[in-house]
Amino acid sequence: MAQDPPPAEADSPAPDAAPPAPAIRVAPSPHLSDASFTTRRMMLDVLVGLAPVVAVAVFVFQWYAVVQVGLCVLVCLASEAVLGAMRKKPFSLGDYSAAVTGVILGLSLPWSAPWYIAVIGSIVAVGLGKVVFGGLGYNIFNPAMVGRAFVMLSFAKQMGASAYRWAESTLDVITQATPLSAAKEYAAALAAGKDVTGPLQEQLENASQLGSLFIGNVNGSLGETSALALLVGGVYLCMRRTASWEIPAGVLLGAFAVAAALSATPLTPFNPAHHLLSGALLFGAFFIATDPVTSPLTPKAKFLFGLGIGVLVVLIRLFSGYPEGVMFAVLLMNAVVPLLNRWTVPRPLGGPAPKQS
Amino acid sequence: MTATVTSAEPKATFARGVHPPERKEFAAEAAIEVLPAPEQVRVALLQHLGAPCAPTVKPRSEVALGDVVGQSDAFVSAPVHASVSGKVAPAKMATLPNGRHVPVVVIQAAEEQPLAGQALYDDVLGGSWPLDGLDGHDPKAIIDAVREAGLVGQGGAAFPTHVKLTPNEKRPIEWLLVNGCECEPYLTADERLMLEAPAPIIAGALLAARACGASKLAVCIEDNKPEAARTVRAAARNTPVGLRLMKTKYPQGGEKQLIQAVLGREVPTGGLPLDVGVVVINVGTAAALARAVLRGKPLTHRVVSVTGAGIREPKNLLIPVGASYRDLIDYCGGMRDDAARVVAGGPMMGFTLGDLDAPVTKGTSGVTVLTHEEVRRTEETACVRCGRCVDVCPMRLVPTRLALASRAGNWDLTQKYHITACMECGCCAYTCPAAIPLVQLIRLSKAMLMKK
Repeated sequence: MAQDPPPAEADSPAPDAAPPAPAIRVAPSPHLSDASFTTRRMMLDVLVGLAPVVAVAVFVFQWYAVVQVGLCVLVCLASEAVLGAMRKKPFSLGDYSAAVTGVILGLSLPWSAPWYIAVIGSIVAVGLGKVVFGGLGYNIFNPAMVGRAFVMLSFAKQMGASAYRWAESTLDVITQATPLSAAKEYAAALAAGKDVTGPLQEQLENASQLGSLFIGNVNGSLGETSALALLVGGVYLCMRRTASWEIPAGVLLGAFAVAAALSATPLTPFNPAHHLLSGALLFGAFFIATDPVTSPLTPKAKFLFGLGIGVLVVLIRLFSGYPEGVMFAVLLMNAVVPLLNRWTVPRPLGGPAPKQS
Repeated sequence: MTATVTSAEPKATFARGVHPPERKEFAAEAAIEVLPAPEQVRVALLQHLGAPCAPTVKPRSEVALGDVVGQSDAFVSAPVHASVSGKVAPAKMATLPNGRHVPVVVIQAAEEQPLAGQALYDDVLGGSWPLDGLDGHDPKAIIDAVREAGLVGQGGAAFPTHVKLTPNEKRPIEWLLVNGCECEPYLTADERLMLEAPAPIIAGALLAARACGASKLAVCIEDNKPEAARTVRAAARNTPVGLRLMKTKYPQGGEKQLIQAVLGREVPTGGLPLDVGVVVINVGTAAALARAVLRGKPLTHRVVSVTGAGIREPKNLLIPVGASYRDLIDYCGGMRDDAARVVAGGPMMGFTLGDLDAPVTKGTSGVTVLTHEEVRRTEETACVRCGRCVDVCPMRLVPTRLALASRAGNWDLTQKYHITACMECGCCAYTCPAAIPLVQLIRLSKAMLMKK
């Protein structure tokens, strides 16, 4: 005998509709969550914040910027997909973090870097910088900076100061020296007791007009030239609290303090304003150091982290062979993040619990 | 003093916290209705923090509304009373929403109840409440009356009220704060009570202050309830009871947050408000206190919101303690088809019900029925250490560290990060962009530490 159909109430709709008594589930509180803020949304915010920077890069460096950034993004996305599949992890392109890494890496390269630098840098950034640690959230060092450090040490010539300059170019901006290498050459000549008036002086003055540094029509890595675009994007990120304002505040303060303390010395021809506006300092402060994964958790530690980066950047600029120090400063401070977290465990409201005897 | 509340008035607030959608619209306009006595009530013998009661009535005996049916000699305990007249049935066990398995006194309600409908409403909340001459009451007598009436905190934690009010020579009380924040989304029971019965709240506040020796009094109300604030201010005219507007933010009504917001004092971890000279009572408790002292009536009824998108007709009900959640939901038209969770309390800290026949207790401020849409959560991903949980934690903790240490079973690390200070408000899990069940993991760890 066939089984009776379930008793249907007179007014019940089609038999496959929802059962009359809703299934009640049990779960721990809270039962609500803020759907407007997700990891994906954070990464999307960073891309939005980077938009003005990319726009200026394309305006200043034209096709060079389009190709470099596009290539880095493509290879980062491909690396994420391939390496993620090799680790048999769920498909992770949807969190946009690989795209962010690609844009930041692309913007941190010189316009002249050959295609294989972008490709190798991107594979290393995603592979060694992130995936080997276990993927997004588990890496210690900023992935884009890991990729950049790798290609910088591997291809010193193509990434060095000379790579930025092409005197015969029709693109006016790349015929000049970058502000920081002009400053470095000037300081080096001064230290060697050479005559710094004449061409060196002229080169320095051409390369480091504060107005140009602010607008962005100076030579440098693709994304670092325009202080204005970086501030617009960076302030947006801080207002969304996708980036913690404590970090850029710390970077700017740290860099300013060291630059001010040493500005009267022959170590640098730059005053603190030049140091803040030139090179990758603002790019690093707002877009690189603020990577949540590789920065500390508490507001106090975030500020100290930023302060450390700012101090190291200027020290590296003045005392090392490199004209710029943002990349190494960020990587060095990434390494001390666990310590900063441990040192700055906040005192809870009401103080620590009394010791139980 | 004028009975107006302006938007320019300064608003007190605590630091950090979150602001979830308020969702008060479901039941805020619904005047308190009296739930007809159900056929049966089941009065739990442990409805409070503290020692359980022993039953004082035998099966088949007749009890009248207000008779004591459970009692304990312990100081931190509160008697329970018959919330309907009727006949005692064989004792049973019931599982409360918080997971506790407790004995209950089952009372089959008589056909004829001594109080019902408007008469019951008037007996509990209506009529006139004297606000003058309350100073003449003896503090000791107030506390005894409170204890006999079985008063416990009606805001959720259900701590016996007489314990809070008992003066302690070492820690004199300066302030009595009456908590009308109702910061949990959805819930409107306190709001309706303040709108409809401000007088017993004020009378209760004055009596409580007299009992514990507080010289300063304030009713604290979030600024999303301006009408309630106006009503309370008008009722408190010519009394020493002040009104403090609070910023609408969760968990503004948490005891420690309220004290931080209004007085700038920090209740020590593991301590009580009385350690900083404060007693905090909920508005519902204050009204019940006035009724206990001035009318000699025990806590047998309370106001409960039945609300949420999953309930057909959201209402605020005056219900007998021990009615089942099913009684309440059925009276409000039942649940919609897309109902997903039935929560005892509000959505931020309430417990889901597995069994709708569980009895409502004195500490239940609402039933929130949430739909699948409201409780949908994205899949958990790895912590990206953004620090949002740190930014919102009202106790100034590092929730991600606590939660991941809990998951790893690293109890030592949880203690280094001050796990005992967590009050489980859930701001961290609410805000986490990676949808990590932060407070849930912390709760797990706290339970494991308790066991050790």
